Amino acid sequence: MKELFPAKQVMGFVFSLILTVIALFVYYTDMSFTVGMTVLLVTAFIQAFLQLVVFMHAGESKDGKSIYTTIFYGAIIAIVTVFGSLLILLWDM
Amino acid sequence: MEFFQRFAIPHPSPAIYASMVAIALVSIAIVVGLTYFKKWGYLWREWLTTVDHKKIGIMYLLSAILMLFRGGADAIMMRAQLATPEAKLLDAQHYNEIFTTHGVVMIIFMAMPFIFAFMNLLVPLQIGARDVAFPRLNALSFWLFFFGAMLFNISFVVGGSPDAGWTSYFPLAGNDFSTSVGTNYYMIAIQISGIGSLMTGINMITTILKMRAPGMTLMKMPMFTWSAFIANVIIVFAFPVLTVALLMGTTDRLFGTNFFTTGNGGMDMLWANFFWVWGHPEVYILILPAFGLYSEIISTFSGRNLYGYKSMVASMVLISLLSFLVWTHHFFTMGQGALTNSIFSVTTMAIAVPTGVKIFNWLFTMWKGKIRFTVPMLYSIGFIPLFTIGGVTGVMLAMSAADYQYHNTMFLVAHFHNAIIPGVVFAMLAGLTYYWPKFFGFMLNEKIGKSTFWLLSIGFVLAFFPMYITGLDGQARRIYTYSESTGFGPLNMVSFVGAALMAIGFITIVWNIYYSFKNSPRNIGSDPWDARSLEWATHTPVPVYNFARMPQISSSETFWDSKKKGHQLFKGEYEEIHMPNNSGVPFVMSAIFFVAGFSFVFALWVPAVIALIGIFICMGLRSFEQDHGYHIHVKEIEETEEFLGGAK
Ligand code: HEM
Ligand SMILES: [Cu+2]
Repeated sequence: MKELFPAKQVMGFVFSLILTVIALFVYYTDMSFTVGMTVLLVTAFIQAFLQLVVFMHAGESKDGKSIYTTIFYGAIIAIVTVFGSLLILLWDM
Repeated sequence: MEFFQRFAIPHPSPAIYASMVAIALVSIAIVVGLTYFKKWGYLWREWLTTVDHKKIGIMYLLSAILMLFRGGADAIMMRAQLATPEAKLLDAQHYNEIFTTHGVVMIIFMAMPFIFAFMNLLVPLQIGARDVAFPRLNALSFWLFFFGAMLFNISFVVGGSPDAGWTSYFPLAGNDFSTSVGTNYYMIAIQISGIGSLMTGINMITTILKMRAPGMTLMKMPMFTWSAFIANVIIVFAFPVLTVALLMGTTDRLFGTNFFTTGNGGMDMLWANFFWVWGHPEVYILILPAFGLYSEIISTFSGRNLYGYKSMVASMVLISLLSFLVWTHHFFTMGQGALTNSIFSVTTMAIAVPTGVKIFNWLFTMWKGKIRFTVPMLYSIGFIPLFTIGGVTGVMLAMSAADYQYHNTMFLVAHFHNAIIPGVVFAMLAGLTYYWPKFFGFMLNEKIGKSTFWLLSIGFVLAFFPMYITGLDGQARRIYTYSESTGFGPLNMVSFVGAALMAIGFITIVWNIYYSFKNSPRNIGSDPWDARSLEWATHTPVPVYNFARMPQISSSETFWDSKKKGHQLFKGEYEEIHMPNNSGVPFVMSAIFFVAGFSFVFALWVPAVIALIGIFICMGLRSFEQDHGYHIHVKEIEETEEFLGGAK
């Protein structure tokens, strides 16, 4: 019985609901822009990661390692591009 | 009548009208010829619907050579215009259009298909696979590239060519300053072929990761396959940036959005930023497969295994990361602060290090080797000193303070041609000569080949080295003329002579192909160069299924091991082979893309929407199609193998 019950998925589902509720608070309560944005960004990234691991089964197959490598590589390039552009066009202009 | 007005050329000249007539005549000749010789069916069955990686590779190759001549014609016109001060051959507008199309054609429609040609021809053979992972997607990639290229190439006879440079910087490329449809062609044609490139990237990565023959670990892959792998990783991460930037540029031009405009919250510099986020990785996408080809050629003709295999791989992995960290060096002068420029100066210089490692590896491979001076080897040997000069001038440009002096002068033009011609073009010609017998069954003439090499090398030095000097003296790039008092005249004349020599060199390639087709012996066996890696282990011409039995891999030079060390490459019985079916959908779908693209260029919304629906219908059909491929039976394999000269 224990193997049949998808505990991980149910937990994941509950957790993703919680994240959604937290994000909704930004809309319904009166926060400053910075705080609101921070909450949104943090919950969004946790949410994306959760979906990837729990529901899209990253890391469960044989090539799990290469999936994480790709994500890691992609994330680095995205971060470099975004922050590099900000540096060039706004912060150091 | 008013409707057709929009297709007119905004800035015509007799030369353009002459080309219109020529294009019309050639098209008619092709249609008549195909009909007369009853070749329509052959063309459709064997080429337009093929999913065979070898045939797709050959089509890429032909397109690349065709585009080389298109871009070359642009080049010789520019050099002729600049050969003497205040020449009247071209006016400013024509000059602008010509340098723009020259750049786009050479990078996107010549160099890219050239590397895709070799990836298609070689990667499956080098890893012992029957085809790429997604053969039909591969056909779609090719046809998207092809129709993108065609769309771009009709611009100069229908509606006018783009004229804002191959970098197409805003605000110049915006509606205010580029009023003709030219820049729409730029945005949309590159978009269409770029989608094809992105799909090739995914296809090749999957192929290399998933379809290697038994025993071929990653570190036993031939070096060209490694370089193709890294280049495709870069493609997958770099091209989406271009896709998005082009889309934003398109909506700015067609729908009045304000991403890159100067007012309404737009930011024109954002385009330059995005363009180079893609653009610098792009130059490494081009150069890495070229490095891969040189590695194969140098080790074959030095009679030695490649020196420092691991450091070769490591340097490419490092390059793949670093190439995303340097893009700002293309616009050091745009106004950002010293901190940013310093950071990107350092990363740019850092990328020269892994590049240098590779140069030393090739030198050590040749060291004490028994070098055979064949044509492919000549290109490789010429490449090393010439490319090094390109790298060194690159490092000069990389010093951001000094770049204020060099930027947008002929010095820069000399640098990147110095990197691209000996780096990429020589590699492609070396690869063409080296692999020609594998795919066409005869060798190219060595004598003509050697004169081509010398014409191109001497022509190259004459054409581009003077630009270093005129550049330092202040001759700006992308300016259609100069006055006599500048003193640039004589050196520019030398450049023109060099360019003319190169043009002759390129013509000798065509002559060589024709001559060898007529005269070369056909009984050359399957290994005419005494080569080392797996692609030479199968028959010439290569059967559709590549390898009748799966090869057993011992090292990155399995074939050499089987020749010299008694390694048994092919074991066991023949088994039935499963192959993919041909399909006309990629061709049709890409043709519809062409229609959609054309309609967008001229803002003809009705055909645009209809064509877009057509594209979705094609995709829908594919989703519901049941296509299980076909099987080649053992008996048929035996017969083919016997026919090709003995079992393999
Ligand atoms: C040692 C390695 C290299 C270094 C340090 C280097 C550095 C640079 C720098 C700093 C610029 C910008 C200069 C300016 O705009 O003022 C530049 C431009 C350029 N480089 Fe390189 N480069 C290197 C290798 C290559 C290679 C291998 C290629 C091509 C295969 C290449 C192709 C180009 C192109 C196409 C441009 C200019 C494009 C344009 O503005 O239209 N470079 N390079
Ligand atoms: Cu660059």
